[in-house]
Amino acid sequence: MAREGLGQSAATASSGVVWWRNPTIRGVIAQVVVVVLLVAVVWYLVHNTITNLNERSIRTGFSFLDQEAGFAIGEALIAFAPTDTYGRALLVGLLNTLRVSLIGIVLATLLGVVIGIARLSSNWLVAKLASVYVEVTRNIPLLLQLFFWYTIVTQLLPAVREALEPVPGVVLSKSGLQFPIVVGDPTHLPVLGVLALSIVAAFVYRRHAYRRQRETGQEPRLLWPMLAIICLPALAVFLVTGAPLELDVPEFTRFNYRGGASVTPEFLALLLGLSIYTAGFIAEIVRSGILAVPWGQTEAAAALGFRRGLQLRLIVLPQALRIIVPPTTSNYLNLTKNSSLAVAIGYPDLVSVGNTTLNQTGQAIECISIMMAIYLTISLLISAFMNWYNRRIALVER
Amino acid sequence: MAHATANAEAGRSDEIMVDLQRVNKWYGDFHVLKDVSLTVRRGERIVVCGPSGSGKSTLIRCINRLEEHQQGRILVENIELTNDVKNIEMIRREVGMVFQSFNLFPHLTVLENCTLAPLWVRKMPQREAAAVAMKFLERVRIPEQAEKYPGQLSGGQQQRVAIARSLCMMPQVMLFDEPTSALDPEMIKEVLDVMVELAHEGMTMICVTHEMGFAKSVADNVVFMDQGEIVEMAPPAEFFTNPRSDRTKAFLSQILAH
Repeated sequence: MAREGLGQSAATASSGVVWWRNPTIRGVIAQVVVVVLLVAVVWYLVHNTITNLNERSIRTGFSFLDQEAGFAIGEALIAFAPTDTYGRALLVGLLNTLRVSLIGIVLATLLGVVIGIARLSSNWLVAKLASVYVEVTRNIPLLLQLFFWYTIVTQLLPAVREALEPVPGVVLSKSGLQFPIVVGDPTHLPVLGVLALSIVAAFVYRRHAYRRQRETGQEPRLLWPMLAIICLPALAVFLVTGAPLELDVPEFTRFNYRGGASVTPEFLALLLGLSIYTAGFIAEIVRSGILAVPWGQTEAAAALGFRRGLQLRLIVLPQALRIIVPPTTSNYLNLTKNSSLAVAIGYPDLVSVGNTTLNQTGQAIECISIMMAIYLTISLLISAFMNWYNRRIALVER
Repeated sequence: MAHATANAEAGRSDEIMVDLQRVNKWYGDFHVLKDVSLTVRRGERIVVCGPSGSGKSTLIRCINRLEEHQQGRILVENIELTNDVKNIEMIRREVGMVFQSFNLFPHLTVLENCTLAPLWVRKMPQREAAAVAMKFLERVRIPEQAEKYPGQLSGGQQQRVAIARSLCMMPQVMLFDEPTSALDPEMIKEVLDVMVELAHEGMTMICVTHEMGFAKSVADNVVFMDQGEIVEMAPPAEFFTNPRSDRTKAFLSQILAH
């Protein structure tokens, strides 16, 4: 009897087995239980929130975004006054977040690539210095590093009166960094137009150079010709239009420097902190990516007669980049999200402005969800872009 | 000796292709190559054998400067290997190399593996490079795999692609660094067959290998190395039947025992 039963249960799962030992039925029951619990928890939370809000007679909804904010923001990329709305305040915060994140991503990438390559250097001192950089930046909490840079900028830098001027016109002091900018001139427009066209032309040239190589074997020379194509026409137009170049240089008036462009100490500290911290991670990614390409690849390329630059460009980098790009993407996302620590040193980013809005209006759920939605959107956009780039360079191997 | 005549037809000459004169090399304190001298003429086939660690790989890797020698002279087609990068690149263009671990470029197809160096180093037009590549892929009997990636091929096929890739540069000398040591037994033959054919076409070859059958059938001279020295060098008939040195005898008795 028992042996027969075993054979049957293997052959036909449903017949002859008590129902609570049947894996199919068990599976269905488990799923039903999970769904019921989930619905119950969500319903409880929503109900609880609505009840509480009603008790305290707090209106829900996003209408507060149109109300007057009534607070000032230290620095804004678009005009902002306390009489503007909460909506515009949040937009200012978002733009500040984007500004520090984008510049930070560029700086962290440049610095990270340099440090990563330096760590592979055969020069003992350079390699050790790069290791120290990586170990220090990666192993100290970012928040502390931000405080460190903020202290350096606001405490150790000289007062405005004795400001440092490393390059004439560039002024560094407790009140931030001020630097000259070019004063706009109507003739700059055609120069920029020509520059844009030249960049397109340079890429057309690049395609042409590669096609010529396929047809005649002539090696494409890219760097200098492309630089010339991009720079020379714009330079020519600039000179022809009389080279109108007026710089707005910061100048010391009675109490402080006026003119030029400036960034605040908060922005400077946040940018330094974020870029230097993230560069440590990117350096390690670059180093591991290059090391992950077997030495035999370089040897095979050398044995075929490729010169050093071509070995890297045609053989090593295409294989290394594929390893480097995905983790770098997640570091870009980290940098962007970490920029919310700005609130700790008083840089008016999205979280900082969002917090003030929350405190003044009491619309906690709305404010938090706006901020979360915005960060989610930024992150997904960066992800989408980097995934597109990764697909472009990802190489099939089999 | 059936292929003694074949050798003559294959264009052997007295022209010296590779000349090593009292080459010395150290890894730190370890003396890897001790006063190694070897002359290889055009069309000559040399098989280098010896126990592991005897310096045979290092020796042929010095010929295309994958390793740097510290004393003595190395001349390839009468060009001396110096620290001059241009010289090194010139010599590497004329010297093909096949590695134990194939070292195909995994991100390129078989055809692209074969055309990349002719295109960028020899500055050959794409169409011509592809035609040359297909010719050599047919020679190594895998033209049908041209569009595949190395990862899709068996070890034997990969090594044959690696041979074709080197040949596409039209080298004057081919170096083989244990080309069959990483292969399954049933794939060794397909690679050796290609190498034997290449030898019969008159290619100058220096092979580090433990395939004594290959040495017997194609080598003009067998070189036995031990502890960084060339202990003995003789034509295979003499080398295998009448070795002079005791070290050679000991090595042969071990390797021919099974």
